[in-house]
Amino acid sequence: MREPSDLRNRGAPLIDGIDKVTGRARYTADLDHAAALVGRIFRSPVSHAEIKRLDVTKARELDGVFAVVTGADCPHTYGVLPVAMNEYPLARDRVRYRGEPIAAVAAVDTATAEQALDLIEFEMHELPAYYSSPAARADGATLLHDDKPGNIEREVHHVFGDVAAEFEQADLVREDRISCGEVNHAQIEPHAILAEYDPAAQRLTVQSVTQVGYYLQLMLARCLDMDVSRIRVIKPFIGGGFGARVEVLNFEIIAALLARAAAGTVMMQLTREENFLTHRARPHTEVTLKLGMRRNGQITACACEVVQRGGAYAGYGIVTILYAGALLQGIYNIPAVKFDGYRVYTNLPPCGAMRGHGSVDVRHAFECVLDRMARELGLDPFTVRRANLLEVPTRTMNQLVVNSCGLSECLDRVEHASNWRARFGKLPPGKGLGMACSHYVSGAAKPIHWTGEPHAVVNLKLDFDGSVTAFTGAADIGQGSSTMVAIAVAETLGVSLERVRVVAGDSAITPKDNGAYSSRITFMVGNAAIDAAKNLKAILIEAAARKLDARADDIECVSEQFSIGRRGQARLSFAEVVKEALIGGGALQVKGIFTCPPEAQGGKHKGGAVGSTMGFSYAAQVVELTVDEPTGAIRVDHVWTALDCGHAINPLAVEGQIQGSVWMGMGQALSEETHYLDGLPAHSNLLEYRVPTIAESPPIEVQIVESRDPYGPFGAKEASEGALASFPPAFVNAVANAIGIDFDQLPLTPDRVMQALVERRRKARASALKGQAS
Amino acid sequence: MAQRPAESAKKQLVHLQLNGRWRDDAVAENQLLVDYLRETARLTGTKIGCDTGECGACTVLADGQPVPSCLVLALRCDGRSIETIEGLASQNRPHRLQRAFHEMLGTQCGFCTPGMIMAAEALLRRNSRPSKEEIKAALAGNICRCTGYVKIIESVHAAAEWSP
Repeated sequence: MREPSDLRNRGAPLIDGIDKVTGRARYTADLDHAAALVGRIFRSPVSHAEIKRLDVTKARELDGVFAVVTGADCPHTYGVLPVAMNEYPLARDRVRYRGEPIAAVAAVDTATAEQALDLIEFEMHELPAYYSSPAARADGATLLHDDKPGNIEREVHHVFGDVAAEFEQADLVREDRISCGEVNHAQIEPHAILAEYDPAAQRLTVQSVTQVGYYLQLMLARCLDMDVSRIRVIKPFIGGGFGARVEVLNFEIIAALLARAAAGTVMMQLTREENFLTHRARPHTEVTLKLGMRRNGQITACACEVVQRGGAYAGYGIVTILYAGALLQGIYNIPAVKFDGYRVYTNLPPCGAMRGHGSVDVRHAFECVLDRMARELGLDPFTVRRANLLEVPTRTMNQLVVNSCGLSECLDRVEHASNWRARFGKLPPGKGLGMACSHYVSGAAKPIHWTGEPHAVVNLKLDFDGSVTAFTGAADIGQGSSTMVAIAVAETLGVSLERVRVVAGDSAITPKDNGAYSSRITFMVGNAAIDAAKNLKAILIEAAARKLDARADDIECVSEQFSIGRRGQARLSFAEVVKEALIGGGALQVKGIFTCPPEAQGGKHKGGAVGSTMGFSYAAQVVELTVDEPTGAIRVDHVWTALDCGHAINPLAVEGQIQGSVWMGMGQALSEETHYLDGLPAHSNLLEYRVPTIAESPPIEVQIVESRDPYGPFGAKEASEGALASFPPAFVNAVANAIGIDFDQLPLTPDRVMQALVERRRKARASALKGQAS
Repeated sequence: MAQRPAESAKKQLVHLQLNGRWRDDAVAENQLLVDYLRETARLTGTKIGCDTGECGACTVLADGQPVPSCLVLALRCDGRSIETIEGLASQNRPHRLQRAFHEMLGTQCGFCTPGMIMAAEALLRRNSRPSKEEIKAALAGNICRCTGYVKIIESVHAAAEWSP
């Protein structure tokens, strides 16, 4: 038996880990689909056009084709925010990016499906297409969406405090313009769905790669004009998400449309290229950031303009641009903040949410500028961060509540672990040290789809066999959320982890959950699991008290033993107490809930709900690297990260999440970037979209800081996203430290580094010649 | 007028040893080993992450050598021994690499794990005590998007310490 103390010290392996390492785990593509039809999507070959004619007659008549669907089969838009659902699963009248779905077929096999795609006839009237934010915003540009002048999906203008006066207070004001390339989640499991329509019962069952089964159920009902009660969404094993699957995706609705049209079962598996076309990841972002600073490093004011190249449709866009502004705050004490955000429509695959949603590129710019100002003022980078720490509890100017903050300890830990003081500025040429900080929310306090229901519900079943089963709608996508639920229940009940099973993500069985996004599961579902376990424990204690003829208040339960007082002589085993508790009523079902109170749900200003959370995680990071001047290649030698996750419910999983997020930040800093040629993804494979391999990945030393959040489950906060955003700036700051060049662009690919080095040599030569001439 | 469906490719018999057992199957000339494993043999532990040999998720052992099974035709495996993740555990007792990846959290979402473990198994068979650099070289063709590889290296190290 694994004692609770083991869990606290080392953590537990994943409860579904054995299934994964033995190959037994069934992901969507592994589900039995021998009798299913094959679904394939016909995609737009052009970036922007009116559809003049679409004829699927020949495709429909092909032997072996069971269904063909087009935009005519679905007159409903889908999307994320109710105010911004402007996308059809299959284009109607107009296409806005290359690769946008236009039609789809379901056939007996892949070859027939692909042959049917070739028989689809169409005529397009091409329109001007825009592949950058400035081009789309230019005067006279054709509008992608008629109701959005200037091709701006959303403008945000927020001012908190007296910005002009606070800039006046500064001893140094600096402005930089920093751009970050578009990146992709590149989760290793390609998108897939198995959709089954039962015409007799008029029921639809889908098994999909979704992180948000609840939202998928809602969108399927909307797009298929079905009663939501007739739809069942099941989440098989999921091969990573990172935000790729936090919104309902077009292929999920298309497969369901096909299944209904064919009155059967359709398996749709997207190629890697189609995964890049589906996209929904972090947008190309231009940040113009101005900071004011006193001589001692205190920030007086911040003015930040952010332009996000959002792609062709809304998706999460409004939320992303709001996050970019909201999370300027909540980490440092800044007396005045001005934010101007622009989310721009372009003729590219739509962007969406990706790990560190909205905050990463802005935090990157912020931490780079902080470092540059520290240098100008002759201050140590750590000193500047320490000069601006928040005192908790506090409420920021944009009404974010901060109840716990371990950033100060994070700074101490990485400064010490990296031996910063002895080494910073003293490394040999080409080697550099850099640092940065970051933070992230533990769940959005205000859900997108506001219903008045709790933020999380967990059900527990205790039956005659003594087993405890937890039912949760929360999607385990590899982050270990089901294991977290099992631990929360086992620890609260005082039973072994092995006694607890978790059933997750089946709308017919598990209570609704909003899903795996904004790092909400540990905080919200964890709290609901604890609440459920407390309710169950109360029943067991009552039963034990009855049996022992004692008062419930006097009953202790430790390691599956119930006794009167901690050292009581009269003891009952778990089995005996379960037997007593079930007399008369049978199997026990209890539930637990968690709700974020209104005061944590953000400010009243427009967009004020985004960024609000019950608990922020905080991270500090030091990166050591080597720049190879002859090739421009950068090698990351070592990373030291400290993350304040409140409390590590499962230290092993927390460490894994921190390492994974830091490393994902490294990919964005070092090599990852999408490229388009006239709207065609040029790097839509894993060879050219350069995800770091094991060969170039450094040791990542993790320090877990536990600030014990007053509202977190056992004091816990999120651990999966917060550390990502401090990698890119720590990296760029380390490059500046190594070779004395400040880079304003991500990623720092060898060609960009080479170009900067060559430029510097040329300038040096020119000024040397000028010196000789005079 | 209705079109004729695409003609299915010609089939031939392949005779190969799969996870220790000889078997014969009729396979299409153009069938990839990964599709043979997943669809004909119904061994879905071997994953498809990219279709083109970039990610390593479909790594299996062919005569003990790690190969991306999406780049090998099933017919080319005639007479050869193919090992997949399902063949690694003896009965239901996990293999040492499986145990290590489980206990040290070398797996998160698990999708790259079977291929990663097969590549690591090939390494341990030829080098029972690999250095960190040797582990990195052997697994450089397998992409993991979850772990940052730190715990994968620790898992292979731990497995090497345990006797097979």
